[in-house]
Amino acid sequence: MITGTVLKTETIPIANSSDVVMVRQRVRVWTLEQKFSLVDQTKIVTAASELGRNTLEYGGGGKLEIALVEDGIRRGIRLKFSDQGPGIPDLEQALKDGFTSGSGLGLGLGGSKRLMHDFDIDTAVGAGTTITAIRWK
Amino acid sequence: MMERIPILRIGNYLLVTIQVDMHDKLALTLQDDLTTRISEVNAKGVLIDISSLEIVDSFIGRTLANIASMARVLDAHTVVVGMQPAVAITLVELGMSLPGIRTALNVESGMEYLRETVTSPEEGDDDNGDSTED
Repeated sequence: MITGTVLKTETIPIANSSDVVMVRQRVRVWTLEQKFSLVDQTKIVTAASELGRNTLEYGGGGKLEIALVEDGIRRGIRLKFSDQGPGIPDLEQALKDGFTSGSGLGLGLGGSKRLMHDFDIDTAVGAGTTITAIRWK
Repeated sequence: MMERIPILRIGNYLLVTIQVDMHDKLALTLQDDLTTRISEVNAKGVLIDISSLEIVDSFIGRTLANIASMARVLDAHTVVVGMQPAVAITLVELGMSLPGIRTALNVESGMEYLRETVTSPEEGDDDNGDSTED
């Protein structure tokens, strides 16, 4: 996965459902600052909401690091969600639409992947999960 | 602090305008409140205005679908109005096309749908009384 040069970052803790709202609001501010189109803003904020909820529900809480990244002439917003939860035992299954181990619809992971350009999951059973997603401008 | 989204009643209809960025618990509270109100006032139609919502993610989408299903079981029809185009594009890409939810572009056409769908008791037997056949 291309990560680019990190220009600035902000970290937001995710411990309850109000924090997920905060995640949406902060990500919105970043996409506005970077002058993403309204549709792109909506996609990034929606992906952040899905992934933030996963961090809370499945990871037992964690944090989001928002970063402005640069790769050559393009810039993008990178969202890195990390938790110290149980990890994802079967990634392929977790990415499938309709799969859920919780109360959701199972659109969170696969859906967010479609809303972003780059998407990477680093997970191991018992060792937590880190999901990194970038949308380039 | 117990936050709530206000539910307005007009005749047989319940109207809800979601104007805040809903966290999950607030969405669930709305679901419970609306179902309770439908049965309390014997509502026949529910209109939910989401024109102020900047995103609808899978949780909010599912809550809207649940509300519509629960309302249906309680003999009420639901229409969701005012979804922003960017929200619609994102929802479909997310994989959620909101099957089972009736939508309309704005409050006016939503109300029109409810009026056509819901037959209120007092006009039940003269439905065609003032028909506009040419």
